[in-house]
Amino acid sequence: MTKVKTALGASLFLLVYLVLIPWLFREQPYRLGVLTTASVLSLISAGVWLMFYIGRINMGQGGFALVGGYSAAILVSKLGLSFWAALIGAGFITVVISVLVGLPLLRLKGVYFSMITLSLTETARLTAQSFPSLTNGTKGILNLPLPGALKIAGFTLIPDFASIDKHFAFYFLGAFLTILGFASLYRIVNSRLGWLFRSLQQNEDLASSFGVDVPRLRVIALAICAAFAGTGGAFFVTMQQSVYPATFTFQDSTYFLLYCFLGGLGSVWGAFVGAFVLFLSFEMLQGLNQFQPLIYSLIMIGMMLWLPNGLLSIKLPFSFNFFSKAGGPACKPEEEAGQP
Amino acid sequence: MTPMNPTPLMEVRNLTKRFGGLVAVNDVSFAVQEGEILSVIGPNGAGKSTLFKLASSFLTPTSGRVFFRGEDVTSQSPHIAARKGIVRTFQETTIFRNMTALDNVVVAHHLRSRASLPGFFFGTKTAGEDEKRFRESASEILNYLGLGDVRDMIASTLPHGHLRALGIAIGMAADPKLLLLDEPFAGMNSEETTQAIRMVRGIRDRGVTIILVEHDMSAVMTISDRIVVLNFGKKIAEGTPAGIQNDELVIEAYLGREDENEEDVNEENVNEENGDEETQESNASSRKAGIENVP
Repeated sequence: MTKVKTALGASLFLLVYLVLIPWLFREQPYRLGVLTTASVLSLISAGVWLMFYIGRINMGQGGFALVGGYSAAILVSKLGLSFWAALIGAGFITVVISVLVGLPLLRLKGVYFSMITLSLTETARLTAQSFPSLTNGTKGILNLPLPGALKIAGFTLIPDFASIDKHFAFYFLGAFLTILGFASLYRIVNSRLGWLFRSLQQNEDLASSFGVDVPRLRVIALAICAAFAGTGGAFFVTMQQSVYPATFTFQDSTYFLLYCFLGGLGSVWGAFVGAFVLFLSFEMLQGLNQFQPLIYSLIMIGMMLWLPNGLLSIKLPFSFNFFSKAGGPACKPEEEAGQP
Repeated sequence: MTPMNPTPLMEVRNLTKRFGGLVAVNDVSFAVQEGEILSVIGPNGAGKSTLFKLASSFLTPTSGRVFFRGEDVTSQSPHIAARKGIVRTFQETTIFRNMTALDNVVVAHHLRSRASLPGFFFGTKTAGEDEKRFRESASEILNYLGLGDVRDMIASTLPHGHLRALGIAIGMAADPKLLLLDEPFAGMNSEETTQAIRMVRGIRDRGVTIILVEHDMSAVMTISDRIVVLNFGKKIAEGTPAGIQNDELVIEAYLGREDENEEDVNEENVNEENGDEETQESNASSRKAGIENVP
């Protein structure tokens, strides 16, 4: 019964996401672009959500996204790789960097981990500025080519983006990556891995007492988180056809957190719902743009006070099992007075 | 001292742990034989908890070695210790509070898992079999420890005594050879204690060796094969319960010397059960009763 409901919910969602929305906005490329951006932001936020799931607040997701973006841009513009190879390459490079950074940093708990990741975005931005030979410094890398055709054994899987409506192409590619990302996340949370991650969130010492390799699992979680950021960043940069040190800033890192909070940490779809609701409502209220950080902060405070488990924790009059099911406990990262 | 077998299950040799200027554990050595129940007792601040963490690899000693089945296991990670069969429990608050009792124990079966991490992700057949096996085994453990009726309750809603048993159930799930119990009888009334003692003995009879750290003197005297007594980080006595009760140093550690101000002596070690026997007794003699009036 639940399985039927889940399948029904999933197909309904896919129908809206992949058919209805593109059809509604078929003649509004700008709006379609906004939706594509919302997709990719939700994908990057999904990584932050996973870190919440193991009880760590990652405030450096913008940094990982920037690493992914620059990796893709450099692989394409300097090494002449195709976008598709660069997309995978960017994800890979980000994962490697996250593991190197994570090995020492993940020993920190609670607010200490947040504080150190907070500096990661800045570190990434300054690094991008400091190696002009590779990154073009503050000018950034411009005029990135559109993704070419993806051919396997002479068979064209995806046509050259220049030869088709690129807005649609980007929308569907973004949707595909997002669906892939969230499907993986759903699978992680609902498999034994999810149990292990939840056990880390609740008590790392207890988990290690029955043989869980806590440091290794933490690094794995961060690597998955960074894979989302790297792939999302690479996609975003290709869509913008340019990358600057300010493509992802510290502000973006905090927005990724906010998307997770808004949607809810208790459900896999929290990051998705949060990113879409918040990003789209701001696009509709263009005039308020200069107050965006102010309004975001107020929302964040409000959420903490009145809806700590996010939008998805609101009980709807009809039961929409697809959303509420995959939960797991509301994750409040343990406020450990934490020794680093 | 009892005669030693060639290879004890765990041997602790000249263990010392310093925290800055404080020497929490000072040159402590003892060994536990397979199938034994060994208790570590001592007044508050004697270094019991530190010793407990050192033995279970949750702390690294400043000097000294820990051997498990003759193998040097000093300064390894706690999860490696658990893999070798050295499993510790925590005091009651340390459980997965948001999970049901059953799920707590299922998760703790991690070590018995045959599937790999990607195997979990892709839901391979092995992973499915694991899951089924874990649920069965977890139910069995819960039933054995008398938690069968509350298996589907969220752990944070369980009463005190059940939480203690749940902590032990989590430890049992890891299939330990040596189970280290952290104050398993603390805060229990005499009926609960009797039950818990039976439970711990039952675990030993399943082939698990037990080291426990405990305040409850009468429970310790009842259950232990041997007792190690610490005071100010040093081992002051080791032996059978009967021997320990008559040990001058132990009595002194617990009761203080005659001329010492009684209030300096630790309140914690008073056995609460003795309170109602002779309420008008002085502090010191009730404490003495705690050591000597053993069922």
